[in-house]
Amino acid sequence: MTGSGPGEVFARIVVPHLPAAYRLALWLLRDKAAAEDVVQDAAERAFRHIATFRGDNACAWVLRIVRNQAVETLKKIRPTAELDEDLPDQAPLPDADLVRAEGEITLQAALAALPPTLRECLVMRELEELSYRDIADIVGVPVGTVMSRLWRARQLLLAQTEVFRA
Amino acid sequence: MSDETCASMHLLIQADHDGELDAADAARVAAHVQVCPACAAHAAALRRLSTRLRAEMPADALPHRLQATAARLSAPPRVPAWRAIRRQSPGFAAGLALAACLAVVVLPRRAPDLADQAVTAHIRALQPGHLMDVASTDRHTVKPWFAGKLDYAPPVQDFAGVGFPLKGGRMDYLGGRPVAALIYSRAQHLIDVTVWPGAAAPSRDGTTNGYNYLSWSHDGMVFWAVSDLNKAELQAFAALWR
Repeated sequence: MTGSGPGEVFARIVVPHLPAAYRLALWLLRDKAAAEDVVQDAAERAFRHIATFRGDNACAWVLRIVRNQAVETLKKIRPTAELDEDLPDQAPLPDADLVRAEGEITLQAALAALPPTLRECLVMRELEELSYRDIADIVGVPVGTVMSRLWRARQLLLAQTEVFRA
Repeated sequence: MSDETCASMHLLIQADHDGELDAADAARVAAHVQVCPACAAHAAALRRLSTRLRAEMPADALPHRLQATAARLSAPPRVPAWRAIRRQSPGFAAGLALAACLAVVVLPRRAPDLADQAVTAHIRALQPGHLMDVASTDRHTVKPWFAGKLDYAPPVQDFAGVGFPLKGGRMDYLGGRPVAALIYSRAQHLIDVTVWPGAAAPSRDGTTNGYNYLSWSHDGMVFWAVSDLNKAELQAFAALWR
């Protein structure tokens, strides 16, 4: 029988999802130290509020806490509202050191250059294999918005990384 | 097909790719893609992108500081639980004692299911420092490590060539006996394979606490695989063993 002390509940509900939480924070913030701080704070917060967890979707619960914390941090780092819905027609150029010598933009660089709202949806779908419903819950938008963001993210990535292909 | 129709198909094609459609809509997409080369190209591009993303993105491990935090917050409180409860409410303690008496009667009839045990073992193993007793991608290191610890030699295979590299092994306890657990990875996901000698039993699969599990028998051995990997890839992994 699994125990029900806060530590045991935390171990069962939160700990299994910390690696995914860290990867999400890392992709949102693109800075290891900042991502670590965010997950650290989020873990403490999840522990304090562990009794409020209801339902069966621990992954979405944990990622929502981490995502909210990461967005707060992102706003502090870049107050110029990079999280805005509106996209420039062209995604910003990726960091020079992530561009391969032969001129092809790496997938990693292209993903890193996506606006955070698109990037987070794609990371949660492709790398963590979350459902549209879960992503919508975590981000706090309708499922339809998740679908259109995913589509735009994928078209941007394909346009950037396959441009040099015959 | 007109461009307008195709544009309205895009999100459906994507939803099909992401496994979000019911059978009827999936059939609609399949029918359209068959007659529309442009949409077929979109579908193929989505598949290419997914394959590349899963293969090329780094799988960053949890940093040590966060592992330590996880362990600290998972630790039981210093005051023993029964004492804390007794302090709070004598009535509750009495209730607990009654529940404990009932448990003696009830528990033996409801031994935890193997699937629950396997998933619990996997979750326990994911706690910092519990995953591997022997970390090696070389099966000639992992297999001999079990010698002398078990009364059988577990089959250890490496599927690195097909995208399921061996990560290591550990001793586990399942179904009332010590067993060998092998750890494999698939992109960001870890797969636990527990194996012990036993009679062939029907295969089982399902989901518990968000983890998929799958069991099968082969060559006089019983296998249980548990992972947060999706079911299709877990099935593909199991097929490699048979």
